[in-house]
This record gives sequence, C-alpha cells and structure tokens, in this order.
Amino acid sequence: MVKITIKDLSFSYGSREILEDLNVVVGDSEVLSLVGPNGSGKTTLIKCIDRILKPKGTILLDGGRDLQTMSRQEVAKYIGYVPQSTTSALTTTVFDTILMGRRPRMGWRVSDEDIDKVVEMMKLLHVEEFALKDFSELSGGQKQRVLIARALAQEPEVLLLDEPTSNLDVKHQLEALDTVRSIVKTTKISAVMAIHDLNLAARYSDTLVMLKNGMVHAVGDPLSLLTKENIRAIFGVEAVVMRNLDRPYVVPIRSLNGEAP
Amino acid sequence: MNSIKFMSEAETMSTEAAIDSSKLKEEYSQFVGRKVLLIIATLAGIVVLAGVAATLGSANITPIEVYTAILARFFPGTFETTDFINTIVWQLRLHRVLMAIFAGMGLAVAGAAMQGILKNPLASPFTLGIASAASFGASLAIILGAGFVSGQWLIVGNAFIFTMLASMTVYGLARYKGITPETMILAGIAIMYLFSAMTSFLQYVGKSEQVQEVVFWMMGSLGRSSWEKVGIVALVTVVCALALMYFSWDINALGAGDETAKSLGVNVELVRVLCMMIASLITASVICFTGTIGFIGLVAPHITRMVVGGDHRFLLPTSGLVGALILLGADTVARTILAPVILPVGIMTSFLGVPFFIYLFLRRRKEYW
Ligand SMILES: Nc1ncnc2c1ncn2[C@@H]1O[C@H](COP(=O)(O)OP(=O)(O)O)[C@@H](O)[C@H]1O
Ligand SMILES: [Mg+2]
Repeated sequence: MVKITIKDLSFSYGSREILEDLNVVVGDSEVLSLVGPNGSGKTTLIKCIDRILKPKGTILLDGGRDLQTMSRQEVAKYIGYVPQSTTSALTTTVFDTILMGRRPRMGWRVSDEDIDKVVEMMKLLHVEEFALKDFSELSGGQKQRVLIARALAQEPEVLLLDEPTSNLDVKHQLEALDTVRSIVKTTKISAVMAIHDLNLAARYSDTLVMLKNGMVHAVGDPLSLLTKENIRAIFGVEAVVMRNLDRPYVVPIRSLNGEAP
Repeated sequence: MNSIKFMSEAETMSTEAAIDSSKLKEEYSQFVGRKVLLIIATLAGIVVLAGVAATLGSANITPIEVYTAILARFFPGTFETTDFINTIVWQLRLHRVLMAIFAGMGLAVAGAAMQGILKNPLASPFTLGIASAASFGASLAIILGAGFVSGQWLIVGNAFIFTMLASMTVYGLARYKGITPETMILAGIAIMYLFSAMTSFLQYVGKSEQVQEVVFWMMGSLGRSSWEKVGIVALVTVVCALALMYFSWDINALGAGDETAKSLGVNVELVRVLCMMIASLITASVICFTGTIGFIGLVAPHITRMVVGGDHRFLLPTSGLVGALILLGADTVARTILAPVILPVGIMTSFLGVPFFIYLFLRRRKEYW
C-alpha cells in the first residue's frame, strides 16, 4: 500500500520556481526523511503536501483520492503537521493546545473521547506535567513535543514534521524520534520529516529523499544513499561515511567552498 | 483506513499510571469548571447591578420595589405594584439598563472576536475605522441632513450604513494582498484616517450647534435608548454573539498561526472575513444608537482574557458579560455622580475601566497575551 503519491509536483513563489517536477512516493508504515541544504525546498514540500501551499501537479492519497479536490477538513483528518517553529500569540494551556488537534474530528463540544486522546498523547510525549501551564511559558523543546502531541491527536494517517529535532537536546532528540518511529510502526501510519542531522535521519528513516534546488537528487534507503559522493554533490561537503550497526555514519570533514562539487 | 490505537501500553497500564490519567482529566475539568463558575457569577452580578441601577435616579424607589414592578408585569396576580413605580421602572429606567447591558455585551464580544482573528491586542472594530465611519455617517446626518434614510432614523441609519461600508472597504482592500491580520489592520487604519478627515471637514463647515451635537454624539450616551432600540440591539447582539461562538475553535486555531490553522482544517480567510463582518454588524447596530463608546471593546476582552485565558469558547461569552457589567456600572455612575447632570457614558467607561485595567495589568506577572 502507498500513503501518498506525489506526481510532477511544482511550486513557485511568484515567478521563482522553488520545487520542480518532484516525484515522491510515501509508503505505508514508513518514515521518510527529506534531507538537503538550507533553501532546497524541504519546508515548501511539506507545506505543499499539507495543502498550506497550493502546488501544480498531483498528490494522491491512499493511491486514489486527489488531495487538491479535498476540503481542508478532510485533509486535516488525514495529515497532521508539526511546524518548525511556532509563534503563538494568544495564551493557551498545553492541554488546550493539544485539544486543538481534535478540531477536525470533534464538534463544538468536547467529548470524553477527545479528552482521553489528549491525555494519552500528553503521556506519550511526556508533557503531562505541563498540562495546565501556558504554552508560551515552555522551553523550545517542550513546545516541540506539545506540537507533536497535537498533530498525533488528529489521528492522522500521515505525519509531517519540519525539523522536529532542531530545538531538542540529545536525549529528547532520540526520544522524540523513537516515539515517532514507534507510532509509525505500531499504528501503520507514515511520517515525512525534514531533518538536518544525517545520522539521525539514517538511524530513524526507512527512506531518504535528497533534495537539491527543489529537485529530487536521489531516493533510497539510508545505507545506499549516504555516500561520500552524494554528500559532496548535495551539501558541498567532504565527509567520511562509516558503518555502524548496519547504519551509515557520516562524519563531515570540511566544506568544499568554491571548489566544484 | 486503520484507526489509530496507541493503547497497547495503556491496556497494560499500571494502576499508578491510571491514577495519573484520571488526575489529569480531573484537573482539566476543574479548570473548565472554574470558567463556568465565573460566567455564572458575572451573570448574577449583572442581575443585581441592574436592580440597583434601576433604583437610582431623581425618584426614590427601593430595589425590592423595582424587582416587584418587573415581576408584576409577568405575573400580574402574584405581584402588586403602583402606577408610579411601574412608570418609572418600565418607561424610564429599565430600557436604559437593558441597553447598557446589551450594548456593553455587543461591543465586548465584537472586540474579543476582532482581537482573536487579527491576533492583535490593540484590535477592535474601532481600529478598523468603524468608529470614525459611524461618526462620519452621523455628522453627515446632523450637519448636512443628508443620508440614506429619512426622518427620525436618519442619524441611526447613516451611522449604521457607513460602518458597514467601512468594513466592506477594509475587506475589499485587504483581499488584494491576502486576508492577513496585517493587511486588514493597515487597510482599517487608512479607512479610519479617511473618515476622520471627512468628519473634521464637516465640522469645519457646520454651524456651532450642529458641531456640538456631533461632538456629543461621538462621546456616546445611552440617553437616546427606547424599548424599540433595545429590542434591535439585543436581537443583533445575541444572534451575532452566538454566531461568533460557533467559530470559537476556528478562532482558537487562528491564534496558533495561519499555517497551523490551515493544517487543522480551518478555512482561514473565510473565517476571518465572516467573523470580521459579524463583529462589524454588532458594532454598527450598537453604536448607531449610542454613539461611539470605544473603550469597552478593547478592555473588556483583555480583562476577561487575564482571568479565563484564551479559549474563545469561554472568552467570548465571558467578555460579553464583563462588557455588560462595565457599561452598566459606568452608566449608573454617569447618571448619578453629578445628578441632575448626566455625564456621557463614554467618558465614564474610561474613568472607571482604566484604573481597574491597570490594576489587573500590573498585578499579573504572567504574559497574558
Ligand atoms: N514566503 C516565501 N516567499 C518567497 N520565497 C520563499 C518563501 N519561503 C521560502 N522561500 C524560498 O523557497 C526556497 C525553499 O525554502 P524552504 O522550503 O524553506 O527550504 P528548506 O526548508 O529546505 O530550508 C528558498 O530559496 C526560500 O528562499
Ligand atoms: Mg525549512
């Protein structure tokens, strides 16, 4: 089964083409990571998949339904989005923030089921001790975990994460990705995430998509994709790739500034 | 497709963890319960203050006589009242009291909704040029006698129509660049200056009594109220407030940012435009009868937000009740403090509300916005 099929997807901001003829398939129960340098279009692609931006081309869900013809509400039941950073202006408690993830699935009144789901997600992401604290008073990492909990409270089939580890310490990076991966595997949803740390990407992903200048440079499993050559071509960085427990391990050596990649 | 069940661990949950979950739920329901309690308390406060307000004035009557006169209208056999008290209560004071309640409620709900959809603590229908449009409409009627309707409704009709025109224009301008808080606020400020300038021009060419009437109109007063007008204001306020409350979750989601709101299934631009139109409609219906009472729409939501937080399911109704309480209190003081002189209520709302607002603002250490 396939969760999302992206065909010939292009997107431009005004006259500036950001994504060009992308073709990506997100399989069932897989963690797919988007890697690539800053500005390569990872965030843009994620927003296109959630229809926050409207691209050209087709995005098919579950092999059939066309995303572009679905209502926002339907999309929100299928896809959960964890933004990279959030500037929440209004005061809300952590509980209410996660409860907002139930919006696509609940009416005006909050049912017991909704409350149960929120509590469950708080425990899963270890944020229950902040339940009634204001979201704005949390640290960056705590916020990120709350936002992951909110997206999961939507009960999505696909989880989109934009640099979910960028605000987390080492322990919480591992924990957050462990959580994402185990949810993906136990509930057969899929996750698409933009991530900068190649080693974390290698460790937690089934598939990597390397983006460069809005185009797919290569697709494959971490082991075959994370080679010296690919890293040089994508990032312009000389690196040594080692093997550790059947996973590639990337050690960057130096930037090839100005030298032809 | 497959429904998500994360409960595999939960099914074998230890008793300790189970207690933890139920404790969390308990805490949250207490948290919600406190807000409901506050709504009930405010409601009770309004009923009591309304009774007190109706006793105050040149004729001396007691609160009991007031309540009896009210009840006597509904249960004629059970309660007895005199013609004198009946006239004072029903024909002179009660509609004004109710006007204060519904006008305050409407202005506060409209302000709370505006602050929510524009994510701006200074937003209110007035920042979007609505007050100045209403003032211009009224000035046009007072000074030139020109307008869309005629007779006794000339000033009211003009104020209403220009208010709605202003918000349509704001919407029209903002649409070109996308309906974001920034575009709407900038368009609103432009409209505000335009109408202020036109009002100033009318005042410049007007006769001095006319200019004085315009100035009084702009200070806001409940003295022009009548049962007919209260009926209109109450109907519009209640229907529109319910409509805005229907969008509570969407407004909450907008608070987390447009992108997040979209990802949660909110039709961002539609919700923003609809809520703005509804808030404008309430404001227009209120200020066309009362003149511009600006302060309530800004401050009642802030006071409420400091106490109940940012969930619009509770913020909108509670703001409405707090607004009603402030305007009723202000009008009562305005009627009595320099009696027999009655001060414009717009002056009094600021005198009473500002110190209270500053007190809450200084006392609270948390960021509340
Ligand atoms: N709102 C915007 N308007 C115009 N260009 C944008 C906007 N957002 C991003 N871009 C451009 O799109 C390109 C891709 O950005 P992005 O998807 O954020 O990259 P990444 O997430 O991979 O770092 C960048 O060149 C960036 O300058
Ligand atoms: Mg990015």
